[in-house]
Amino acid sequence: MELLIRNGFVYDPVNGVNGEKMDIAIKNGKIVEKVNERRAKKIDASGMVVMPGGVDIHSHIAGGKVNSGRLLRPEDHFKDFERKTVTTRSGVGYSIPSTFTTGYRYARMGWTTVMDPAMPPLEAKHTHEELSDTPIIDKASYPLLGDWWFVLEYLKNGQIEECARHVAWMITATKGYAIKLVNPGGLEAWGFGRNVNSIDDPVPNFGITPREIIRGLCKVNKLLNLPHTIHVHTNNLGKPGNYVTALETMECVEDLADGDKPVIHITHCQFCAFKGDDWRTFESGAEEIANYVNAHSHVTMDMGQVIFTDTTTMTADGPFQYILYTLSGNKWVNHDVETETSAGIVPFHYRRKSFVHATQWSIALELALLIKDPWKILMTTDHPNGGPFIAYPRIIAWLMSRKAREATLKKINPKARSRSLLPSIDRELSFYEIAIVTRAGQAKALGLKNKGHLGVGADADIAIYGFNPEEMEPSKKYKAVRRAFKRAAYTIKGGQVVVKDGEVLKHMDGATMWLDVQLCEPCEIELNEDMKRRFKEYWTVGYENYPVTEDYLAVSHPITVKADV
Amino acid sequence: MPVVKAVTCPVCGSLCDDIELTIENGRIVKVKNGCAMCEAKFLGYCCEHRVLKPMIRKDGELVKTSLKEAIRRAAEILAEANYPVLYGWSNTSCEATSVGIELAEEVGGVIDNTSVVCHGPSILSIQDVGIPSCTLGQIRHRADLIVYWGSNPWSAHPRHIERYTSFSEGRFEKSAWRGYVTKIKALVGRKKIQSAIKRLVLKKPSQISTHLEPTFVSPIMRKGRKLIVIDVRRTKTAEMADFFVQVEPNKDYELLQAFRALIRDQELAVDKVAGVPVEYLEDVADAMVSCDFGALFFGLGLTMSGAKLRNIDAALSLVRDLNMRTKFIIMPMRGHFNVTGANTVSTWQTGYPYAVDFSLGYPRYNPGETSVVDVLLRKESDAALIVASDPVSNFPHKAAEHLAENPLIVIDPHMNVTAQMADVLIPSAFVGIEAAGTAYRMDHVPIPLKKVVNPPRGILPDEEILRRILAEIRKIKKKQEAA
Ligand code: SF4
Ligand SMILES: [Zn+2]
Ligand SMILES: [Zn+2]
Repeated sequence: MELLIRNGFVYDPVNGVNGEKMDIAIKNGKIVEKVNERRAKKIDASGMVVMPGGVDIHSHIAGGKVNSGRLLRPEDHFKDFERKTVTTRSGVGYSIPSTFTTGYRYARMGWTTVMDPAMPPLEAKHTHEELSDTPIIDKASYPLLGDWWFVLEYLKNGQIEECARHVAWMITATKGYAIKLVNPGGLEAWGFGRNVNSIDDPVPNFGITPREIIRGLCKVNKLLNLPHTIHVHTNNLGKPGNYVTALETMECVEDLADGDKPVIHITHCQFCAFKGDDWRTFESGAEEIANYVNAHSHVTMDMGQVIFTDTTTMTADGPFQYILYTLSGNKWVNHDVETETSAGIVPFHYRRKSFVHATQWSIALELALLIKDPWKILMTTDHPNGGPFIAYPRIIAWLMSRKAREATLKKINPKARSRSLLPSIDRELSFYEIAIVTRAGQAKALGLKNKGHLGVGADADIAIYGFNPEEMEPSKKYKAVRRAFKRAAYTIKGGQVVVKDGEVLKHMDGATMWLDVQLCEPCEIELNEDMKRRFKEYWTVGYENYPVTEDYLAVSHPITVKADV
Repeated sequence: MPVVKAVTCPVCGSLCDDIELTIENGRIVKVKNGCAMCEAKFLGYCCEHRVLKPMIRKDGELVKTSLKEAIRRAAEILAEANYPVLYGWSNTSCEATSVGIELAEEVGGVIDNTSVVCHGPSILSIQDVGIPSCTLGQIRHRADLIVYWGSNPWSAHPRHIERYTSFSEGRFEKSAWRGYVTKIKALVGRKKIQSAIKRLVLKKPSQISTHLEPTFVSPIMRKGRKLIVIDVRRTKTAEMADFFVQVEPNKDYELLQAFRALIRDQELAVDKVAGVPVEYLEDVADAMVSCDFGALFFGLGLTMSGAKLRNIDAALSLVRDLNMRTKFIIMPMRGHFNVTGANTVSTWQTGYPYAVDFSLGYPRYNPGETSVVDVLLRKESDAALIVASDPVSNFPHKAAEHLAENPLIVIDPHMNVTAQMADVLIPSAFVGIEAAGTAYRMDHVPIPLKKVVNPPRGILPDEEILRRILAEIRKIKKKQEAA
């Protein structure tokens, strides 16, 4: 199948294309130099913005935790449903949409790749079953490894290479994509209802500190040559004063940096950029974080933007979710996973008039605007923690338009408004920069070579938005920006037109990407024997039944990685 | 003889995955590691009341037919129906349930699973209060206090205690097996003496003594793993317990509220609650707040008795409150091996765990209205598909009656009561023995089910049968549209 997208204003930052009017040719699902003009199906994109398909580095869309959230909240779904059509399955929203609806809603906005950032290894099959039921988009998931007993034990004993081999086994066994750490050490402590309070607070019963875990897994990540860095949800998340922990976390791997290559990703940074001693003296630590990030090149991060709405918070950070429950008094789910991790869920309503919530809203935008290099700060809501992903068009408008920010500022808590740094910030992102923070930068941080750009050989995942940058200024016409991103004029996935004018035309499977980590020595047999022995002791599921076999993936897309161990 | 290892047992919600089967001439001849229920299933599944041919009702009689014809007839019934119900799903794979949901959506029916008659109230309570829980290994490694409430794992989940709770060996907690053996020996000794006395004086031991029986040196204060059983009768599990609380029938709610007060250090102004002396309850409450990690398992004894929904609300709230003092979790003891999976798949595809109504073209959920028993009681359904379940023998009489009046399609390996009333009966393979798939353990851990032997000739898995029915329905609809 050949396709030609003509005359759009193309934004392709990886290839330095900044709004130039050009054609994009597609053949067999890939971007090519040119196609047969007569034969190819043509899409007229004149007067429209053309970008690579959106990429989301951090969005909880699948797995046990997400599904417990769905079960917990029928009230979240009642008013927001989608009818079955000739082409699409029915489903529900709002903050925790059912799987089919998740795929469609991303595609409607022009997003084509989404990473689920928190997979408990023991329940990895569940994550994959849901990902396989999430249509259209490509996806992957990060196994939670920061509190896995094997990791704690090997790192404690300084056996970094052993640790790396087991992490490699685990990533491949769970069909995972990156190493995820959530409140490292804190989740093990939560097994007995405790937590850790700083990156140097020892983990009970294991004689190791979060710092050692972070550094250890950062080294493991490098030994294994994984495409993404370690993906870190910091200790002390959601607590006033935690910007210090965020800074310490970034500092603690500074010496592991390889030239300009990032070695750590701090996720949903808004939630760990809190200054102040308590909720009364709470304020933004965005400036401090931004100053650090502007001076260093070993970090990437994503925003974790807060949206004023009713949503469902869910993280692997059991102790954090417990605090959120005690603060809010809302219903609470906890789910600890043996030998590995935990999870918590609490419904949450972010209110404009709340000082704390409004300040959180401001912090994420401050981060995005104060960090100068857009490749370092990516757009997310930590869906659904800061708000559902369907709010992305609103965030894009805030980033592109001072006017849009002012309109919201007017409506928020006055104390939060008077302390917000936003009025002092003039910066307005261009479409080029938006293309970085929503796709190019995301794909680059993830090491996805064929995504996030429109160069020859790239996957033909493309979004076309009905906004004419020659006729309208996005900073003034921010509502038009919002409308354009809410319903893509076209979404093209793997060379197929899947969305037109915001309507889904096709229900098709997307691929699940995973890393096939190949060790350099054939030590796998031995590894398996050792694993078998310990499986009996550590888990309640047998060795044979633990790994995710490829038939759990609707479309399996392995990526081979050659490790240095 | 080939031995297949690491087989998952498709019987109860414990989903033990360490079963070893010896196969001879395509038949299972030996079962290792399983409990009696497991052995009975693997050794006996193939023989009893097995249906081997699809059947259709003609002139009031079930007569054999071809699979093709049975599927066509089933599709016709569903395609013609305005408001069919699709029920069962707890004894089949998630993959089959997934096709079932697509089918329900296609025909605009109600899809419901057996939770509606077991842990439905638990789910409704969870939606109200939330639930602090964990996987079973967490309990094995950490729990020093185990409570079974209205649940008798000894007979319903026989290996639960050995694999996941009191008698399992964990990193931080050791098995309480030795202590139990010593205790049993002493018990047996005492029982001998008691029965000797009984024979002599021909008198029953008094009723109260079941509570007050001085067992051992204040077992509740003992160090190490403890087991508390709360039930209306002294079950086998209760016999093993360090502490047994015999609650009066239908008084669980009062007892739960008493515990909630006690763990908040409130005094109770009465002498007894639910028939149990308050001092005993205080001891139990003490044990609850002073443990390092407590786990409360509850069964249908709590879900289906007395205050039902409010029972579970109170139990969830009790455990939630206990987390202010220590670590505590709670978990329903799910019966059918994949009832958890049926809820799980339904939730990710539709947003709701059971009782999902597609009649308006999107998922609607309102148990009490969209639950299958209620639909049947209102006599609204006009066709039914039953998969791996026997509702006629366990639904309320009126509901079962209406169900039998509906054109009825049954997919089941067995000839059960419901199957006998079927208009179309399609025999299926046993999932987890003759067909592979996935099931979810009671703690939501997904575990693969193996195919270890071939099904009888011509017999397909539920998933495949459902797919064919769905395809046939789509064909019929296309034809209708064209016409
Ligand atoms: S306890 Fe349940 S799952 Fe385990 S062997 Fe017995 S019947 Fe099977
Ligand atoms: Zn997080
Ligand atoms: Zn997150």
